[in-house]
Amino acid sequence: MKLIIKNGHVIDPSRGVDEVADLLVENGLISDQLKAGSTADADVFDASGLVVSPGFIDLHVHLREPGEEYKETIASGAKAAAAGGFTSICAMPNTHPVNDNASVTRYIIEKARDAGSARVYPVGAITRESKGAELAEMAEMKAAGAVAVSDDGRPVTNSQVMRHAMEYARDHNLVVVDHCECLDLSARGVMNEGRISTLLGLKGISSTAEESHVARDIMLAELTGARVHIAHISTRGSVALVRAAKAQNIPVTCEVTPHHLALTDAAVVGFDTNTKMNPPLRSDEDRAALIEAARDGTIDAIATDHAPHHSDEKMLEYDRAPFGVTGLETALGVVLTKLHYEHGIPLTRLIGLLTCGPARAFSLPGGTLAPGTPADITIFDPSREWIVDPQRFQSRSRNTPFTAWKLRGTVSATFVGGRKVFP
Amino acid sequence: MSSADNSRIMDKAGISRAISRLSSQIVERNGGVKDLLLVGIRRRGVPLAERVADRIQQLEGERPLVGQLDITLYRDDLSTIGPRPVVNRTDIPEDVTDRIIVLVDDVLYTGRTIRAALDELVDFGRPRRVEAAVLIDRGHRELPIQADYVGKYVQTSDSEIVKVMLTEYDEEEQVLVVEHE
Amino acid sequence: MAFNSKDLLGIRELTVEDINTFLDTAESFKEVSARAIKKVPTLRGKTVINLFFEPSTRTRTSFEIAAKRLSADAINISASTSSLSKGESLIDTARNLEAMSPDAIVIRHPSPGVPHQLSGLLNASIINGGDGAHEHPTQALLDAFTIRGHKKRIEGLSVAIIGDIMHSRVARSNVHLLTKLGAHVRIAGPRTLIPPHYASIAGDSAGSLVVSNSVDDAIAGADVVMMLRIQRERMSDAYFPSLKEYSIQYGLTLPRLDLAERDCIVMHPGPVNRGVEISSEVVDSNRSLILDQVTNGVAVRMAILFLLVERQTRKPAQGEAQQ
Repeated sequence: MKLIIKNGHVIDPSRGVDEVADLLVENGLISDQLKAGSTADADVFDASGLVVSPGFIDLHVHLREPGEEYKETIASGAKAAAAGGFTSICAMPNTHPVNDNASVTRYIIEKARDAGSARVYPVGAITRESKGAELAEMAEMKAAGAVAVSDDGRPVTNSQVMRHAMEYARDHNLVVVDHCECLDLSARGVMNEGRISTLLGLKGISSTAEESHVARDIMLAELTGARVHIAHISTRGSVALVRAAKAQNIPVTCEVTPHHLALTDAAVVGFDTNTKMNPPLRSDEDRAALIEAARDGTIDAIATDHAPHHSDEKMLEYDRAPFGVTGLETALGVVLTKLHYEHGIPLTRLIGLLTCGPARAFSLPGGTLAPGTPADITIFDPSREWIVDPQRFQSRSRNTPFTAWKLRGTVSATFVGGRKVFP
Repeated sequence: MSSADNSRIMDKAGISRAISRLSSQIVERNGGVKDLLLVGIRRRGVPLAERVADRIQQLEGERPLVGQLDITLYRDDLSTIGPRPVVNRTDIPEDVTDRIIVLVDDVLYTGRTIRAALDELVDFGRPRRVEAAVLIDRGHRELPIQADYVGKYVQTSDSEIVKVMLTEYDEEEQVLVVEHE
Repeated sequence: MAFNSKDLLGIRELTVEDINTFLDTAESFKEVSARAIKKVPTLRGKTVINLFFEPSTRTRTSFEIAAKRLSADAINISASTSSLSKGESLIDTARNLEAMSPDAIVIRHPSPGVPHQLSGLLNASIINGGDGAHEHPTQALLDAFTIRGHKKRIEGLSVAIIGDIMHSRVARSNVHLLTKLGAHVRIAGPRTLIPPHYASIAGDSAGSLVVSNSVDDAIAGADVVMMLRIQRERMSDAYFPSLKEYSIQYGLTLPRLDLAERDCIVMHPGPVNRGVEISSEVVDSNRSLILDQVTNGVAVRMAILFLLVERQTRKPAQGEAQQ
């Protein structure tokens, strides 16, 4: 079976490719373009005016299955991913039960295989039930298919436990992903601590609550030599810490979410609970620092932290509503609109943050259009405008802060292993 | 605004004469100033009440007490009047119980203003008698209310407005009948 | 003169003109409260629901009296007696209330923003009766009304607000109102109870807002001193060591009040902790306007109910039905 994607603007930052070209897919793999002569029997996808990119990789999604299938399932989450141009997503372990052992890991992988959409890579827990005390069976989970470990949703508060987790993960070549938040400092906070929280009388979460943990994790990474990935960094100080660590060759990587790049805590003023997430939307200065870090390479990946919640749960008092917003189906539009069109960050850089950047951070396959690799491909129209309508989401949940936003950039088609999974 | 001449029904001197007449009638009917309390209905009833009081002082050598009533809170048509009502102070200087109250207003029309004023007045006590004095009675009553003292009766149509203009509020002193805009 | 919003959610959203409309209208209602028969028929047939998710005697009673003096029917629903304790969501509670067609709902809730969240869902006028640490607009209006009554102005006055600034909706609403009207507000209290960004919340209003270094600094030369209630439970969160130390360091005493202008007035939103944030001698002195605040609260809330509910019933202009 052959597919030729004709006349697309092929951008593959993993190999420095940025040109209008045809791309041949044969038997689910990217074919060597030099042999693209005999394509008479191939299906043709006309990609004129479109960008042809390696399939996007999202290091940070919450699929809610097992346990909270009313919010999202592995199948609906994988479909939402494909609709957003993501061919691979990493599923955080804070399900019910927690993915802290190989049987849950295998369950996720089987469910994802049945769904037959985007690839789903489970992230195992660092500690049993993510309670922060005893280590989870990381090696078993890795053998079952886990690609990293994290207690995401909460930090590993005990620094000695974190040290041991890093040492042990290093033995098994697993990246340790941390949700950096000093719970004592953030206690009961629901939004960024700043002028807006002071105006609204909502309890703030200071930047220091995040940065003190980022600093600790960087120091522990240096001490243990483990690979540490800082999830969803949100402050100027965190950016500075990661930048300094990278300059010293400490093995640390980090990700940022589209909503932290696009929004600030000013969005909370109307008390819309779809602006409530953790870490919270930060100040203008923080957002500017994140955009700069995305531009200069301090940030390795854009990850959505897709966190579906049922509308009944979100329609609560602001300080009682759960944290989290969906992100898979708005990521491309938000990133292109805000970073490319408003801030002039080149497409190659942004595609790198969605493809080879995350692939390297977790040592995942994909993120490239190199010949011989599986044909995970995202084709998108970089200039087409659309209005965000959550009723049209593939995700089971609608909790987005971007409702009714006019965005530029739509996914035209998503291929996983040469097979079209969207539309 | 239409030309003042063909719509003017009373000029400055006419107003002054009407006030004199009202004042004499009030003291005559009530046998003097004793127990008399003039209550002007906001806005233009207030300066009219003051003028009547001044005139009575000239006639009797004693000035009756004057109060003022803002009937906004007692209106039965809050939902139908156009511009936002402004609530002003009501100021009744003395206990009204056993007094003779003369409500003073510029124009008597539907009678609803006097009705509201009566409602408000009785919340202040139990007057011996309440009378009404108006500069103009233009007819079109919607309630069984009549004035005891009337400066001038004027035939009007429903589409007309009677504008009483007093120097306290307006440039020129006169009464006009104009078409509703 | 016009106030054209459906709701009164906070002072921050109001213009200077809006604020003056409320205060001027309240003057007329104060006169009504001084009559022998303290009742006018203005809102006869209207329904006002007091929906209180937090215990409150003062504000609830004040609104109840205000509604009744306007001849409206006032119904009180408190969290302990309503269906809220049965796990009904806020939204469902609101919709159930709406089904009873109230004309105004006064809401007090411990979570900031609840009146805002409900305002979009309900046709009734929503009056914020205090939402968490966010705003308490009716208290700020009655405070301003009280200050204006005594000082004949607000512009140019120095007002000290002292105590638990962080958790105080009264402080926030007063800061917005007083600075909009051109007063100079000084904030003081333990640093633990003053959010770091507090000085920035007044925005570009006519007056000014500063965080003073000490209570004495804030009181020095003040025309008005407003003390805030300190809550015992703040101790357990390590905001300050003890009530005794708090009262010595941050409490208002007669000697401390000598730092202020000679004709300085003292206010407190109540209920007062005598001997903690304010000494009994100050509470009972002739400088204390604490009871005036309570009296004025009724007039101000009558004005608020009148302006909001009357607006709702007002139809588009049909010309004057009367002369």
